[in-house]
Amino acid sequence: MADLRNNFVGIKSPNPFWLASAPPTDKAYNVERAFKAGWGGVVWKTLGEEGPPVVNVNGPRYGAIWGADRRLLGLNNIELITDRDLYTNLREMKQVKMNWPDRALIASIMVPCEEESWKAILPLVEETGADGIELNFGCPHGMSERGMGAAVGQVPEYIEMVVRWCKQYTRMPVITKLTPNITDIRKPARAAKAGGTDAVSLINTINSIVSVDLDNFAPNPTVGGKGTHGGYCGPAVKPIALNMVAEIARDPETHGLPISGIGGITTWRDAAEFLVLGAGNVQVCTAAMTYGFKIVQEMISGLSDWMDAKGHRNLDDITGRAVPNVTDWQYLNLNYIAKAHIDQDACIKCGRCHIACEDTSHQAITQFVNGVRHFEVMEDECVGCNLCVNVCPVENCITMVGLDPGTLDQRTGKVVDPNYANWTTHPNNPMARQAAE
Amino acid sequence: MGRLETGIQAGRLSPAEYDKNFSDLHPRLDDHEALVASDRCYFCYDAPCMTACPTSIDIPLFIRQISTSNALGAAHTIFDQNILGGMCARVCPTETLCEQACVRNTAEHRPVEIGRLQRYATDIAMEKNKQFYQRAVPTGKTIAVIGAGPAGLAAAHRLAVKGHSVVIFDGREKSGGLNEYGIATYKSVDNFAQREVDYVLSIGGIEVRHGQKLGRDFNLGDLAAKYDAVFLGIGLAGVNALRTEGETLDGVGDAVDFIAGLRQAKDKADIAIGRRVVVLGGGMTAIDAAVQAKLLGAEEVTICYRRGKEHMNASEFEQDLASSKGVIIRHWLAPKKIIAKDGHVAGIEVEYTEIADGKLVGTGETGVIAADQILKAIGQSFEASGLGALAMENGRIVIDAEGRTSAHNVWAGGDCVLGGEDLTVSAVAQGRDAAESIHRLLAAAAQPAVAVA
Repeated sequence: MADLRNNFVGIKSPNPFWLASAPPTDKAYNVERAFKAGWGGVVWKTLGEEGPPVVNVNGPRYGAIWGADRRLLGLNNIELITDRDLYTNLREMKQVKMNWPDRALIASIMVPCEEESWKAILPLVEETGADGIELNFGCPHGMSERGMGAAVGQVPEYIEMVVRWCKQYTRMPVITKLTPNITDIRKPARAAKAGGTDAVSLINTINSIVSVDLDNFAPNPTVGGKGTHGGYCGPAVKPIALNMVAEIARDPETHGLPISGIGGITTWRDAAEFLVLGAGNVQVCTAAMTYGFKIVQEMISGLSDWMDAKGHRNLDDITGRAVPNVTDWQYLNLNYIAKAHIDQDACIKCGRCHIACEDTSHQAITQFVNGVRHFEVMEDECVGCNLCVNVCPVENCITMVGLDPGTLDQRTGKVVDPNYANWTTHPNNPMARQAAE
Repeated sequence: MGRLETGIQAGRLSPAEYDKNFSDLHPRLDDHEALVASDRCYFCYDAPCMTACPTSIDIPLFIRQISTSNALGAAHTIFDQNILGGMCARVCPTETLCEQACVRNTAEHRPVEIGRLQRYATDIAMEKNKQFYQRAVPTGKTIAVIGAGPAGLAAAHRLAVKGHSVVIFDGREKSGGLNEYGIATYKSVDNFAQREVDYVLSIGGIEVRHGQKLGRDFNLGDLAAKYDAVFLGIGLAGVNALRTEGETLDGVGDAVDFIAGLRQAKDKADIAIGRRVVVLGGGMTAIDAAVQAKLLGAEEVTICYRRGKEHMNASEFEQDLASSKGVIIRHWLAPKKIIAKDGHVAGIEVEYTEIADGKLVGTGETGVIAADQILKAIGQSFEASGLGALAMENGRIVIDAEGRTSAHNVWAGGDCVLGGEDLTVSAVAQGRDAAESIHRLLAAAAQPAVAVA
């Protein structure tokens, strides 16, 4: 059995699956249920300053997009940080941590960008026995209008400053949660590292309008006739999150900085992808909000079974394994040539590969052969783009087959070169020509 | 009276049982079911289902419209090709047409439920009485359509859309043809056939004259002379005879009449049915009659077919339906003699058959099946008079690719033409296409002569 125990910046949990700071972790009742279901840790819903708590809207807080069979693919929300009293939260956190000493309990915090505010709340949190803190520099709605959340995460100097205060005023490990609502995720990550953060977590939710009510001409969710942008999450955001995690993992300035991966993780496979791209553990929210806490059991068994099947003993064996294979486009091997191949036994003859290629790509797939409906790749036209693979409804029906070096590429009429060659040295590259001159 | 009473008896069941037995076979999908079902469509290119549909409905498009909650748009797509799309959704043997061609069969042996999705969309449009078509500017031309069945209605509607006036002549009391008189009751509940006729006719410009029978009240020559064009959609009025001893006995009847009687009955309890019923034949009519005999309370219903299961015209789905209702289907049995007792049917002597040297022959071995009612479903035949010297072949009207008969300005379509498939949907296609052909001809004739400069 693979060892799923997780040690993230010194915070131990029985598995790498944490619940992200969000509605599922707003109070002891939910968190107790989560731990009973098997979650390795939780990041408690973001705490605010002492005093009257924030208020939420009393109408709808969520909007969604769906795939086939109304499968929830993307969710957005306009909920704010916890709307419960600070001391109620702290008391419950302390009790839960006592009840579940083997689970990770992290406090998410968002207070004004003033040293005194952070200095005031940190000892209160520390007193609960929480294993660490997560700085919420990510929420894109509501709180950012008040100079907190994403408003901080979008200014690297603020990130560095607040992280520094936190490291100064608490002994707890500091995880800095980043907003994706920026142009280059490496900048805030570098700032957090410069401030001394122990780790970063990402992504927080993405600015979004999830849909528009066409009867009332207002964004969803609509509150009394008006809507606002919300924070987008769920399976739809995973590709964005994976890229941002990888960017930080492979950036020379932040390489090795622990990352807690967040963004649309719904299955063990999603989690494994974050881990191999450099995440030390993962945080989940939307999947739990869609299916309940039990889904962690699929994640645990799936990850464990995959690791067993591949001979990976523990999380260290897999964390970051794919990072060396993430590169810039300019370093991709231009001498690698692949062609699509359609398995005629698996083909159901829907014709989608043909029409995708015919209408929108390279006219490289037949519709008829000898007058019979038959879809076949014309290798002399196929550029190996992979679109047909992606639109085919049957898994593994169309595959990309790499041409062996020395064989003829029928499209170009050239023999496949066994040597690696990329854009930086390609004759069509004006920069390359300059270098040669 | 009751379930086990021998002889042909009415009222074998309780009112509740009749209601249950003759309710909708497949109720309309609700919105959620339709969304789930529509999500399964792959939106195939040059879709095989569309090719398999005799009316070439753009199935991927209408299903995609359903999946985006645009049921009216879906109905419009369907009606563009098939104005009787509502009935076809109920009676089409989809398992041998669109749904057989569905690529999901290859993928997972379960096609997209095209028929039920079509019904979902068309029902919504018809319930809202959403009319998608407006008549073009009147052309001043009038076309006579003989027969208010699927072919005639489809032709009349398309002609009306084009701005022509139409007069439909039909020998029966109601329009609809087989849709009204020949479809099993549980496939067309709530007077659907008449509601559909009303929906189709609401385009305007179509007059229906009932009780007007070709050969009795008028003949083709009269109409051809009087109208700008004539469309014949007269179906098959005759039924094949058994030509065996005892065929005229009390208790022997035509399945077609039995089905029509059931459809027209105000109360199903009024329809008498035998305790033991034998249905002769292997087509849809045999199945419809047998299943309904069972639903009326017959204790034992047997279909006898003189060839094998693989030769039956009834689809696999229909055969399974019959079996699920308790109908026994027996193959390789040919009727030899109907046995009488006191002037009534008491049973039927059958002979086992086989194929020898490519021909169906009796084996000489016989048996007797007890029966107090025998329904013949051994095929319908073309039977009409008043057609004059219209070219015929194999007892059907000969038409060309556009539906033109040998007579000037006379078109034909549906079951009465050679090569017809005895399907509602094929009749609709032929009626529609004949209307287009008629319109092309009339429009061309109306063009002023082109002056050559």
